[in-house]
Amino acid sequence: MGTNHRRRLIHAPTWIIGLVSVAALAWSDAHADGKRFALDNPVYTAECGSCHVPYPPALLSAGSWQGVLSGLDKHFGSDASVDAQQLAELRKYLDQNAGRGRRVDATQPGLRITETAWFRHEHDEVPSATWKSGAVKSPANCPACHTAAATGDYSERGIRVPR
Amino acid sequence: MRQSVRMLALAAGFICAGAATAQTPADLQGGYEKDARQSSSAFTGFSPARGETFFKSTHGGDWSCASCHTQDPRTVGKHVVTGKAINPLAPAADPARFTDAVKTEKWFRRNCNDVVGRACTTAEKGDVLAYLMSLK
Repeated sequence: MGTNHRRRLIHAPTWIIGLVSVAALAWSDAHADGKRFALDNPVYTAECGSCHVPYPPALLSAGSWQGVLSGLDKHFGSDASVDAQQLAELRKYLDQNAGRGRRVDATQPGLRITETAWFRHEHDEVPSATWKSGAVKSPANCPACHTAAATGDYSERGIRVPR
Repeated sequence: MRQSVRMLALAAGFICAGAATAQTPADLQGGYEKDARQSSSAFTGFSPARGETFFKSTHGGDWSCASCHTQDPRTVGKHVVTGKAINPLAPAADPARFTDAVKTEKWFRRNCNDVVGRACTTAEKGDVLAYLMSLK
């Protein structure tokens, strides 16, 4: 009886450590998942991932994406036009997967992810010298720091800011 | 009867799909040559030298083909705006280049608009391809 009681006491710290670890793991997983985006449409990743990485559809509102798709022949200074069938596919995919939460501002549907309040907040610790450095050059160059951006993975562990 | 028609259509589809994936840069060049001969009786063949000049000229704008594809298209390029790496354009350095007519036409359409401000002619496309194929 006494031995059993002692054994339970000895094991208590192990249990606590175990519970804390599980909780920490669950928290970090949930946290990381918020920075991992699905890129699951081959037309999107091919047509919208040639000149830049395919940006996560969730980072702009549906209204913003429709604005982007309406001007692909003059897409930030480049002709990025696609054929009618691909355009229809992109419209459907982006409409279904556009951001709806805190990341996007549906009332002001801008065309640049980098101009959303969410993007600015997420990057407010990045010094201006880093943005201008030769290795980064443009805020559109996600993989300069987010090394796995091409697969939609923007989690903290994949960040390497070039010096 | 209906079954055999369906089988025939399926077989034809496979043959077409096979042909589409078996394109080579020389096949695409052959297509441009046919077009060029039809549109001009004065056509005497494509010129790698003319293609190189075209490739490296800015045509009165800010960019040339070389702005992104570099002065040596056998090397990895870099998108001049976004910084994204671009596979070498010369077929000698990347065997997947110019093996898909639809993809080739799509990029000529986009990039000629960006660099030259208009669609490229068949002669221009043939010259550029002749230049890229001449690089070993």
